[in-house]
Amino acid sequence: MTDSSVSMGMLIDTTKCMGCRGCQVACKQWNGLKAERTTFFGGPGYQNPPALSANTFTLITFTEIEAKDGLRWIFTKRGCMHCKDPVCAAVCPVGALQKKPNGAVAYDPDKCMGCRYCMLACPWSVPSYEWQSPSPFVRKCTLCDDRQKNGKAPACVSACPTGALQFGRREELLAQARARIAQNPDRYVEHIYGEKEAGGTGVMYLAAVPFSELGFPTVAPHSMAVYADQVMKVIPWWVMGLGAFLTGVYALFSRRKKIAAGLAAEGPQAKQQGGER
Amino acid sequence: MTTYTTTRTGWTFPLTLPRVVMLLLAAAAFGTLAWRFYAGLGASTNLRDNFPWGLWIGLDILTGVALAAGGFTMAFYIEVIGRERFHQFLRPAVLTSLVGYILVTMGVLGDVGLPWRIYHPIYLWNPRSFMLEVAWCVILYTTVLFVEFLPTPLERLGLDRLLHMVRKVMPVFIVLGIVLSTLHQSSLGSLFLVMGHRLHPLWWSPILPVNFLLTAICVGFAMVVFESVLSGWLLKHPLDGKLLGDLTRPLPWVLLVALAVRLGDLVVRGSLSAATEGSLQSYSFLVEVSIGLALPALLLFSRSWRETPGRLFTIATMVVIGVVLNRVNVSMIGMFTETSSYIPAWSEWVVSVGLVALGVLAIVFISENMPVRNEYHHADYK
Repeated sequence: MTDSSVSMGMLIDTTKCMGCRGCQVACKQWNGLKAERTTFFGGPGYQNPPALSANTFTLITFTEIEAKDGLRWIFTKRGCMHCKDPVCAAVCPVGALQKKPNGAVAYDPDKCMGCRYCMLACPWSVPSYEWQSPSPFVRKCTLCDDRQKNGKAPACVSACPTGALQFGRREELLAQARARIAQNPDRYVEHIYGEKEAGGTGVMYLAAVPFSELGFPTVAPHSMAVYADQVMKVIPWWVMGLGAFLTGVYALFSRRKKIAAGLAAEGPQAKQQGGER
Repeated sequence: MTTYTTTRTGWTFPLTLPRVVMLLLAAAAFGTLAWRFYAGLGASTNLRDNFPWGLWIGLDILTGVALAAGGFTMAFYIEVIGRERFHQFLRPAVLTSLVGYILVTMGVLGDVGLPWRIYHPIYLWNPRSFMLEVAWCVILYTTVLFVEFLPTPLERLGLDRLLHMVRKVMPVFIVLGIVLSTLHQSSLGSLFLVMGHRLHPLWWSPILPVNFLLTAICVGFAMVVFESVLSGWLLKHPLDGKLLGDLTRPLPWVLLVALAVRLGDLVVRGSLSAATEGSLQSYSFLVEVSIGLALPALLLFSRSWRETPGRLFTIATMVVIGVVLNRVNVSMIGMFTETSSYIPAWSEWVVSVGLVALGVLAIVFISENMPVRNEYHHADYK
């Protein structure tokens, strides 16, 4: 289960989640995260706390859906998606965020300087900041890297009483998700969220309704880092090309100027010229 | 070796009322920054998890760098392709850029969460990150600007031997400075390439770096005009309308290219219709493109507008406003979503305004005490 070279992932079957928030509590306990002072109905419906934060790495969202058979309450578990090609890691100037072979997108607080680019780059706005601290760090789910090293599943998965959360090799979870949709086409929409989103994510979801109704953003089937990568490729050529061009043009115009200056100097006794500038 | 006579001896800085006000503003900025370091960003700014970049990134850094584009624009125009008639505009442009970049560095120090680690990008490299490129460009180009500006204090101090040496290596720094500037100006746009999920389609584009570079060149010319006319008025020295007008000859064309590229890209991506959706973003876009690009381009084709300093000043101001608005749109207004918007806290304004005041004071002090507008050897030079 915990071969550290195998990319692990999580399958979240929202049709099995009953919204107990045991995972949320287990996550807080394992990571030693502080409680948050919240107000009742401070977020969408019964969702509490209202959003992910530096003290909340995972959050059960509450969505009310009007279905044919009446009102339906759907719970999803949000947090870091542990992308295959995480854009947060692609944009971090100092390499503080990195994709580990075991699938976790890990954060090294010793490298971070606090530019917060990762927070804006993440399509799910997952990385959170310790805004109240004078020496703040980025915080987010670690896929319980530390538990994995000791042969244990992430705290949230261990706490889940209904089997809505499953931890395992990403490829196996994906096969299982496909099988579940095939066996119960009435129970699920035909979409494994995270299979293709952002080029594939370690955390994947199954749901009974379209994911857009559950507040999931529509994310392109490739990492947004591709646009930056394309431009980055041009840069060495730009530097060499423009450098050569400018040097050439500069030399040409300087030569012209020198010739002109030489002609002028042949006239009346000219004092020494004031240099090139 | 030529000798340059030092005519002035003392350093002066008469404290007029506006200068006292600016000094107070600058002091307020540093006081507020001290509080920000003590209390943290959460208490001292309106930045939140759903809006992690605000005024300091949008105004102090993105806009600050753009408005410092005069240095490389003039270096190319005057030094590289030898438009010697405009030589008098070079030093003020380099000075503004140098001061601008120093202010940008101060803005960065205020904005990042752990500023005492600001040196990390020097040895911790993620070569895939545009933020790394931005960091390196700031470091290198600020150094280049320092060297480019060096002849001015050296002339003032009468250090002829050193001055001669600096002049010898200057061409290398001129070329390096232009290459670095094009990289830096464009890479600030490239930062937003990964934010297609968030940035409004009127601004997000795969060619954001091109848009940033083109508008930087436009505002490079505009800032030189803006400052020349302003200092002419304030210091009551005569303005050569013809010379200023001639300086801006390339500007309408660059503005039109920037406009065409911008609109063409929006048409190709089918996003132009968003300009009429009636949202805050659509209005902001329309103002930006019309006031900042289209109108000044058209007016610049009129000789009477171009060669009347007052009118040219109006045009330059439009271009400056357009570019400021563009950077504000990309970093803030275009980043508003249904669930997150942002209005800067008073403390953020105090820092931004105070840093600008500090910059103006620095430029005024250096201009009054060093041969910025009149090189000592200028008569020789011609």
